[in-house]
Amino acid sequence: MASKGIKDAVAIVGMGCTRFGERWESSTDDLLIEAVGEALDSAGVQRDDIDAWWLGTLGSGQSGLTLSRPLGIDYKPVTRVENYCATGSESFRNACYAVASGAYDRVVAVGVEKLKDSGFSGLLRADPPSDGTAAELSLTAPAAFSLLDPAYTAKYGVDPIAMREAMTHVAWKNHVNGARNPKAQFRKEVSRETIEGALKVAGRLGIFDCSGVSDGAAAAMIVRAEDAYDYTDRPIFVKALALASGPMRGGLDPAYDFTTFPEVVHSAADAYAQAGITDPRSQLSLAEVHDCFTPTEIVLMEDLGFADRGQAWKDVLAGEFDADGRLAVNVDGGLKSFGHPVGASGLRMLYEAFLQLRGDAGERQLGDPRLALTHNLGGRPGGCVSFVSVVGNERG
Amino acid sequence: MSGAAIGLVGYGAYLPSYRLGSDSGVRGTRVVASFDEDATTMAVEAARELVRTAPGSLWWASTSPPYLDKTNAAAVHAALRLPSAVPAADLVGSARSTFAGVRAALASGGLVVAADVRIGKPGSADEKSGGDGAAALLFGESDLIAEVLGVASETLEVLDRWRDPQRTTGEQWEERFGFEQYADLVRAVAARLLDEAGLAEADHVVVTSGNSGITKRAGALVKGALSSSGSPIGFSGSVDPLLGLAAVLDVAGPGETVLVLSAVDGCDGLLLRTTDLLPTRRAGRTVADQIAAGRAIPYPTYLSWRGLLDRELPRRPEPDRPAGPPSARASAWKFGFGGTRCIECGFVHVPPLRVCRSCSAVDAMETVSLADRTGTVATFTIDRLAFSPSPPVIDVVVDFEGGGRTTLEVADADPDRVDVGSEVSLVFRRLFTAGAVHNYFWKARVR
Repeated sequence: MASKGIKDAVAIVGMGCTRFGERWESSTDDLLIEAVGEALDSAGVQRDDIDAWWLGTLGSGQSGLTLSRPLGIDYKPVTRVENYCATGSESFRNACYAVASGAYDRVVAVGVEKLKDSGFSGLLRADPPSDGTAAELSLTAPAAFSLLDPAYTAKYGVDPIAMREAMTHVAWKNHVNGARNPKAQFRKEVSRETIEGALKVAGRLGIFDCSGVSDGAAAAMIVRAEDAYDYTDRPIFVKALALASGPMRGGLDPAYDFTTFPEVVHSAADAYAQAGITDPRSQLSLAEVHDCFTPTEIVLMEDLGFADRGQAWKDVLAGEFDADGRLAVNVDGGLKSFGHPVGASGLRMLYEAFLQLRGDAGERQLGDPRLALTHNLGGRPGGCVSFVSVVGNERG
Repeated sequence: MSGAAIGLVGYGAYLPSYRLGSDSGVRGTRVVASFDEDATTMAVEAARELVRTAPGSLWWASTSPPYLDKTNAAAVHAALRLPSAVPAADLVGSARSTFAGVRAALASGGLVVAADVRIGKPGSADEKSGGDGAAALLFGESDLIAEVLGVASETLEVLDRWRDPQRTTGEQWEERFGFEQYADLVRAVAARLLDEAGLAEADHVVVTSGNSGITKRAGALVKGALSSSGSPIGFSGSVDPLLGLAAVLDVAGPGETVLVLSAVDGCDGLLLRTTDLLPTRRAGRTVADQIAAGRAIPYPTYLSWRGLLDRELPRRPEPDRPAGPPSARASAWKFGFGGTRCIECGFVHVPPLRVCRSCSAVDAMETVSLADRTGTVATFTIDRLAFSPSPPVIDVVVDFEGGGRTTLEVADADPDRVDVGSEVSLVFRRLFTAGAVHNYFWKARVR
C-alpha cells in the first residue's frame, strides 16, 4: 500500500457548520466567521490559540487572505487548497498531516463556498485559457453523471424502470434525512411521484436527482491525539485519510464502462488498509458519501464495498442504506438535501460524523456508532479525485 | 507541373440537413445551415472527400466570411490537414469571387471551394429563394474527370445587388433591370466559349445568378442539347455555379460538354468536356439526394440561429473564447482531429497525450488523425442545462473503429436517433462563438 497513514495520531476536538442553502443575507466572510466561530467555541479555544489554518474553496476566493482578512488572523500560516468538489476534504487532510508531522499543535481546516451570488445554475468553472475543445467545458455535471444510469442498466441488465426507482429512492431517502436536519438546505420530505415527475436536467436526471446548489461553510479544529482530552471529553480520532487522483483514463479507454469510479475503489482500499478495516459493511456505523447525483450514490455503494457489483440498486430499494437500514448513508441529508457548497462539503460530511460519533445528532442520532466513513469526489465519471476518510470515537 | 493540361479531377458538394418549415411561409425546400455551420465548416465538408493528395493551392470563396482580417481558408486548410507549403487564401465579397478561384485553381492545379450562409430579412426574397451550402472543384493534371475547353468573362458595373459590410442582409434593385443587363452578357460569354471550342451548342448548360429572372429563363437564354438548368437550391451566393456544375456532373455521361455560366456583376463561363473517368469518380452523395434528405425546423428556431430573434438561453455562463496560443499548439487536434497512438502498445489517445495511458511509455507517440474514422456510441446524454445557441446539447462517448475514445457533441441532433451502439462519423463544426472567436471543432453525426 502506498500510504502509511496517520491512524490515531490526530483528533478533531471541535467542529462548526453553517446552515447550508440560499444564504442571500450572508457573504463568504460571514459564512467563514460563522463556521470557524462554532468550531472554536465547541473546542473552547480562541482564534489566536490556532497555530495554522487551511482554507478550501473552489471559487469563492483565492489565497489564504480569503480567510485571514475576515477573521483578522495575525501573521499565521493560512493555506488555500482546491481539489474540485473534494476541496473541503483536502483542506482537512492537509491540516491533519501538519499536526501529525509535529509542526503544529492546533490547526483549523475550513471549507467555504458562496455559489448563489453568480445568478447561474450549478457550478461555475474558472478554467485556464484553452483551445476550447474539452468536453467538460460544455458538458455539465448532471449530464456527465447521467452517463452512469444507462451504462449501469445495460451492464447489469437492470430494468430501466427499476433503476429509475432506485434513483428515486436515493433522493427520497436523503430528503427524509434532510428534513430532520436543522442545517440542511432542503428540510422537506419529497414524494416519489414528485421526484420522478420533475423537470429533466440531463438524461433521466430531473432536478430532484441533483444536489442542492448552496452557500455554506464548515470547519474542524485538529490537535494531536494525545492532547485531545485537554479540549473535549469526546474527541473524534482520525483513522484514515486517502486520496486518489485518476489518470482520466476512462474518457479515453473503450474498456471503461461508466459503472464505477476506479479512483473511489483505490481510495477506499487505501483508507480501509490505513484504518485496519477488513469488512466495511459490518465495521462501519455510518457513511457520508458524495451523492452529487442519485446514480452516483448507487455506484458508490459498490465502489466503497457496501454492496456487491450489480446489486446496489436492489439494496438501495430494499432500504439497506436508509437511516434505519443496515448501514446509514447520508443520514444528514447528503449533498442532495443538506446542499453542496463545494469547498464546504467534505467538512460538512465530517461534521455529521463528528455529531453522530459524539451522540449529538439529535433527532437523527444513530444507536451507538463507533466508526464513520466520509467519501468526497471531484470530477466526473472517467476522471476524478476521490477522498475517503475513516474517523472513530475510540483511540485504537 | 509537367506542362500537361490541367483539368477537373474531382468535385464535391455539401448541403446542410435543415429546411425552413412551413410555418415560415416558405415552401419546405429552402436549405438552411445549422446554427453551428458557417462558410468555413461547410467548405470543409464539401472538400474533405475530394482531397486525397495535397492540391497545388486552396482558394476559398464566400459572400459570408466568418472572419475578416483573418484568412478563413487557413482553418479549411488545417481541417483538410494540408501541408503548410500549400497556399490558401480567401476570395471574399460578391458571388463572383468563386470564378476568380476557378481561374486561380486552374492555373495551379488547385482546389477551389465556395461556401455561403445566405441570410435574408424575414419575409424577403433572399430568405425565400436563397440557399446555404458549399461546393468544391479540384483541378490537376492527371486522372481528369473533365477537360477544360475554355474560360471567359465579361465585366459590368451594375447596381443590382449590394450589401453594407456591417449588415448580414442585403438589397436588390428591380429584378427586370438586372435581367436586361445580364441577358446579353450571358449569351455573349456562351457564344465566345462555344465558338472557341468549335461547338454549336453544349450538352449541358447551367446558368446561375443572383438575378432570379436569369436563372428562371436559363434554358431560353442558352439551351443545352441534353439539359438546361439553373441553381439547384435557389441563389446560394458564391456556391451557386459550383453547385449547379456538381448537380450536372452527378448525372452527365462521359464525353459530354458542360457549360457553366454565372451572371454576377458581369458574366463568367467555364466550358468542360467530361471524360470516361467521370462515372467512377462522382461525389459520394449527389446534390439531388442531399436536397431530398432535409428535415424542417420551426421558423423561430431558424430566426434565432441567424441572430434575427433573441432567445432566452439556459441560465449558465457563456463560455470563454478559445485562446490563441493553446489553439495554435493544438492545431493538429482542434482542426485535424489528430490523436496520438502509442508506438509501444498501440493505445490511441484522443485528444493527444504524451504519456501512454495504457503502458506509461513517454513520448513514444505517433500522430494519427481520426477525422475520417467512424465510431460507435458507448453511452450518451441529453444535456438540458449546458450553454448552447440551440439547446439541448446531446453528448456522446464515441469509441472509434481502430481504437480511441472521446466525448463529443452531436451535430444536427435528433434525440430520437441517438442510442448506445449508434454509428457516428465526424463533421467539422463551430461549438460556439465567444469574444468574436469561432470555436471550430469536430462533432459526431449519427449515420
